[in-house]
Amino acid sequence: MAQLTIDDLRRILREAAGDVQDIDLDGDVMDLEFEAIGYDSLALLEAGSRIERAHGITLDDGLITEAATPRDLLTAVNEVLAEADAA
Amino acid sequence: MTGTKTATKRAEVVVTGLGVTAPNGLGTSDYWAATCAGVGGIGPVGRFDASGYPTALAGEVPGFVPEDHLASRLLPQTDHMTRLALVTADWALADAGVRPDEWSDYDLGVVTASSAGGFEFGQRELQALWSKGGRHVSAYQSFAWFYAVNTGQISIRHSMRGPCGVVVSDHAGGLDAVAQARRQVRRGTSRLMLSGGVDGAVCSWGWVAQLASQRLSPDGYRPFDATASGYVPGEGGAFLVLEAAEPARERGARPYGRIAGYGSTFDPRPDGRDREPGLKRAIDLALDDAGITPADVDVVFADAAGVRELDAAEAAAIGAVFGRRGVPVTAPQTMTGRLYAGAAALQVACALLAIRDGIVPPTTGTDPMPEYGLDLVVGEARRRPVRTALVLARGYDGNNSALIVREEV
Amino acid sequence: MDRRVVITGIGVLAPGGVGVKNFWNLLEEGRTATRPISFFDAGPFRSRVAAEIDLDAEACGLTPQEIRRMDRGAQLAVIAAGEAVADSGLTLDPERTGVVVGSAVGATTSLDEEYRIVSDGGRLDLVDHRYAVPHLYDYFVPSSFSREVAWAVDATGPNTVVSTGCTSGLDSVGYAVELIREGSVDTMVAGASDAPISPITVACFDAIKATTPRNDDPEHASRPFDASRNGFVLGEGSAMFVLEEYEQARARGAHIYAEIAGFANRCNAYHMTGLRPDGREMAEAITAALDEARLDPTAIHYINAHGSGTRQNDRHETAAFKRSLGEHAYRTPVSSIKSMIGHSLGAIGSIEIAASALAIEHNVVPPTVNLHNPDPECDLDYVPLTAREHRTDVVLTVGSGFGGFQSAMVLRRAA
Repeated sequence: MAQLTIDDLRRILREAAGDVQDIDLDGDVMDLEFEAIGYDSLALLEAGSRIERAHGITLDDGLITEAATPRDLLTAVNEVLAEADAA
Repeated sequence: MTGTKTATKRAEVVVTGLGVTAPNGLGTSDYWAATCAGVGGIGPVGRFDASGYPTALAGEVPGFVPEDHLASRLLPQTDHMTRLALVTADWALADAGVRPDEWSDYDLGVVTASSAGGFEFGQRELQALWSKGGRHVSAYQSFAWFYAVNTGQISIRHSMRGPCGVVVSDHAGGLDAVAQARRQVRRGTSRLMLSGGVDGAVCSWGWVAQLASQRLSPDGYRPFDATASGYVPGEGGAFLVLEAAEPARERGARPYGRIAGYGSTFDPRPDGRDREPGLKRAIDLALDDAGITPADVDVVFADAAGVRELDAAEAAAIGAVFGRRGVPVTAPQTMTGRLYAGAAALQVACALLAIRDGIVPPTTGTDPMPEYGLDLVVGEARRRPVRTALVLARGYDGNNSALIVREEV
Repeated sequence: MDRRVVITGIGVLAPGGVGVKNFWNLLEEGRTATRPISFFDAGPFRSRVAAEIDLDAEACGLTPQEIRRMDRGAQLAVIAAGEAVADSGLTLDPERTGVVVGSAVGATTSLDEEYRIVSDGGRLDLVDHRYAVPHLYDYFVPSSFSREVAWAVDATGPNTVVSTGCTSGLDSVGYAVELIREGSVDTMVAGASDAPISPITVACFDAIKATTPRNDDPEHASRPFDASRNGFVLGEGSAMFVLEEYEQARARGAHIYAEIAGFANRCNAYHMTGLRPDGREMAEAITAALDEARLDPTAIHYINAHGSGTRQNDRHETAAFKRSLGEHAYRTPVSSIKSMIGHSLGAIGSIEIAASALAIEHNVVPPTVNLHNPDPECDLDYVPLTAREHRTDVVLTVGSGFGGFQSAMVLRRAA
């Protein structure tokens, strides 16, 4: 199964929760905390459920809300995707 | 810390700011200019394809581009009517000269009226649920459709942490909300209350629900006319900023007028239809609360249901209080349609503007039945001093509310 | 002299017990009414437990037409109102009696079902009006709830639904108290009702992971303040009251359960679903309610908590109690009846007022069941597992809900 890229995540975040002000989401945001970018837990839950539906996977409780940065989130989601591939 | 404790129970409560989004005008000045000129905003439904339904007329707010007013982050989580409400609230506070960050957060409260919540948003999520399954329901559904959404979102937007509330009483809700806000200012639990209603459910699901009332007109909104065939629904409404008169004056606010009286009743149950409906009693209670007599009232803003028996009942109540053709009556909502929770709030705003400018706006597109004995202001606006206006509103279930606004001298 | 407001009649329909007596027995015995969802096939959903009522509406006095016409939430309210009025022994004066019903989600369950029909199971984007039930408007605008109660008890005073999410049941009673105090009415039939257990409600709480996924252990799924809690259990129910002006109640020799001595609500203006961990706004509401009651924090004998069983709530309100009551918070029993009857959204605030009034009546504090291992950040006395005999003259009951609403009410034994 395809891996989730930062561009995928940008697109999903925009669809799920709109564009943020003052920060260029297309810039280097990999290691910025979601809170600093302007996305709260609700935005991440909505993004998470879009990822789940798009990829037909289920993400554990907490996986989404405990990810502090886009890098954390991508790593965690891609692990689930890799497991789904292996299964 | 907990707001001023100085306000007494009988403190006069004034309106220091207005915000309006209406089908015949986005913003107070557009709305008021159109309303005085008799220019309506009812037309074919644009928000969805209504051609397959028995009625396809609505009052939709023109020229509203959410992106022009609201941050992108808010859009995925808000229904159309909440977006209208947020912008209307911004305008009301700005009109009052209030910058919330200059106030103590507990001194600012919000009470809104709601009817069906964010129904269009809700339709989208119900559609997702039934066509694709529960996992397709949005994380925002839990609050974007619910009745309390506007109070919550407005309080967040302006850091208003004082008393809060939401009332649901159909078209009467706008008055009930303002009355509840007035109570808070009077009791001193809050220095300032934002109140009123902005509403709308112009979506196919909302349409089907409203059609079930059997009160929508297929061919136009003509209250008090012999050919009255129901009303046209609309979207929008108004918010008002309420404060106690003294401190408002002290901070240099310029009040539109004061909320002088309020009364609310409920119609007898079906087995009691031989008993008098409750509207007259609501008017009497409001006059009593304001400490005035019918002769003091310069104009009545009618509920104007546009349904024969309801029009007759309202005309009878007005006649019983004021006498035959005893007071000018108007229903400018013929230009907007009936706005549910927004309806009566917009009427109060309209009444306050009538006081400000000495103009009674007209009731358009209707030819009142003489039997009703109403001095209905039809055709053109009537120029005359307005010191006291009575606003009437009724809900589908039997709610009757009456609110009196007076010139602030 | 301010007019005082007292409770002289109570009606309750809660999971595990129809009627006040059954409700109180359940709380006193510390039983739970949470179970696998039976109202529909919850198989596809994340959270599949709920606290349901076994309701026989006809046995409770409703006619077949009333049952067809009313959403389940309205049915619960009407039945509870009937019990409350009978309990009060009061003959209502229609014009001096108002009705207010709190509800967070109104007729959502009926709307969900009707949408399924008019959309033909989600096949139609433009839904078909020809398949709509004639009373669909009653579901569209839930002021039908307060209308049904007004019709049932014959009240023609002020009438409205108050809908402030999960604080609706406190705010509706607070609203009613104001109407009596200001003299608009002498009597209010007030309370709240919600019957939200339907696919759309379950799905929307699934989406934000607010409800518990503890599906394999439904009886112990609602675990407020326990370290293992992981969300609330959806419930349903109604509590309605007869509220009277004190002198009227005393003059007719009514049994008075309690006086509603203080009430306040505040917005957190923070987040539509989130709570700040410091509990600032709830603490402010508590302080304002105590001020109105002219009581010192140390007067409180029992706190009926919101205790929904989400991590953020349990910590938020624990902080709010400490912030508003200081050291007294540590000496005061705190419990959550949601551990037994789940979270019925807008209704629960009124059901908790009923529990608070009955705690005063019986001098018994209901327990927080399923609490074996408290969250270390929740370090108050949560009355774990079993009810406690405890002199209870003054109760604080609080609520917290989506939209940021925080409400607090103080009940006091009537002198």
